[in-house]
Amino acid sequence: MNKPQLLVHDHEDNVGVVVVEDLAAGTEMLCVVTADNSDFRLTAKADIPIGHKVALKPMKAGDTVTKYGEDIGRMIADVAVGEHVHVHNCKTKRW
Amino acid sequence: MALDFSSMTVKAWRRENGRVGVRNHVLILPVDDISNAACEAVANNVKGTMAIPHAYGRLQFGEDLDLHFRTIIGTGANPNVAAVVVIGIEPEWTQIVVDGIARTGKPVHGVSIEQKGDFETIRQASWKAKEFVQWASEQQKEDCPIGELWISTKCGESDTTTGLSSCPTVGNMYDKLLPEGIYGCFGETSEITGAEHICVKRAATPEAGEAFMKIFRAYQDEVIEPFKTSDLSDSQPTKGNILGGLTTIEEKALGNLEKIGRTSTYIDAIGPAVAPGKGAGLYFMDTSSAAAECVTLMAAAGYVIHTFPTGQGNVIGNPIVPVIKISGNPRTLRTMSEHIDVDVTGVLTREMTIDEAGDALIAMILRTANGRCTASEALGHREFSMTKLYRSA
Repeated sequence: MNKPQLLVHDHEDNVGVVVVEDLAAGTEMLCVVTADNSDFRLTAKADIPIGHKVALKPMKAGDTVTKYGEDIGRMIADVAVGEHVHVHNCKTKRW
Repeated sequence: MALDFSSMTVKAWRRENGRVGVRNHVLILPVDDISNAACEAVANNVKGTMAIPHAYGRLQFGEDLDLHFRTIIGTGANPNVAAVVVIGIEPEWTQIVVDGIARTGKPVHGVSIEQKGDFETIRQASWKAKEFVQWASEQQKEDCPIGELWISTKCGESDTTTGLSSCPTVGNMYDKLLPEGIYGCFGETSEITGAEHICVKRAATPEAGEAFMKIFRAYQDEVIEPFKTSDLSDSQPTKGNILGGLTTIEEKALGNLEKIGRTSTYIDAIGPAVAPGKGAGLYFMDTSSAAAECVTLMAAAGYVIHTFPTGQGNVIGNPIVPVIKISGNPRTLRTMSEHIDVDVTGVLTREMTIDEAGDALIAMILRTANGRCTASEALGHREFSMTKLYRSA
């Protein structure tokens, strides 16, 4: 298998994690779902650092972000597929 | 081919109380902050000993004082320690620490400073330290089953790669070694936030689950509520976590909990630095999520090896317990590999399975138990941080 640029924990997730350095906008990423090693392709819409998240689906402010198949917080701004999801547009529901 | 863990042994020291230690330290242990200088002078006089200076030990009271004594006594009692010279400012609290460590049967001697001064204290303690270090140097290792090891875990400078690679590596190790009879330990009360509903389901019994939830709620009610100024967003996730891509405490907690694997369940939830009391198995310990405080508490509870997943690169060590660092972040391996003992970057490139990563960690645990110096030991990381519950009197 070629080395993936993006890993996704679970099929229910709407975000994945960049696992390579220097990922550039426009890269057609090989994305692997670790739960069953299935894969798909997705184009990155921004330069996204290693470890940071990419939206797998379009999301609106207020939508729940799902990772590990679990609720990890809510969007506070809209995001398109392939864009960066982080503290600028996503927040905890706890504090 | 699956490895046969039941036949694995390590060469280690069997202590007077039957516990197995993987290091042979002679400690010069201060009861209190003002005895640090004398302890460091003794450790300078007598090669092969180690002083563990710390910040507290005067005018503490109640539960906070109990925790102080439990941490100091537990550190001296740890099987990685062969013998201890205790130094305190006055004789009564010094004797409490000496008596606590002596219950293990190991050699321990106390000296107090009042009515002597540092010079005379250092002279008396140095003679005893020399006797202990020569005695300890002749203690022989023996073959011990891997199941006799007590192995704790805590992750630090986490990022999204820890939840994908290094934390499940530790979880895989627990799934394989807990059935062999090891004692395990995870903690980090505040970093379970967002995954407490999953953590409570991983209890072996309803009682253990209730014990966990009681500790979890107490932290929210007794620490966060009275002391918060806004919320914990400036501390959890940490700035390092955020640089590494973690966005929320829920996301961090879910990655954190990967350290207890797929099949392991915890049999009890215990207080900080409390020795596990329900036999072999996995325990949840009420600890801070700060690395040095947490590892110090687990070492004081009697754990002899610590497994530490890191993403962005936490550099922590401990004076008496070898801390094995595991990382799957290729940037961290590229920029600070001198701190990492087990490289699991292959999990992210899909060239290594979690099962293979778990086996690699177990192989490193065996090498470490047999004497391999960890990265943190080689680099002199001896962080010893006492947990303090509230202001002193």
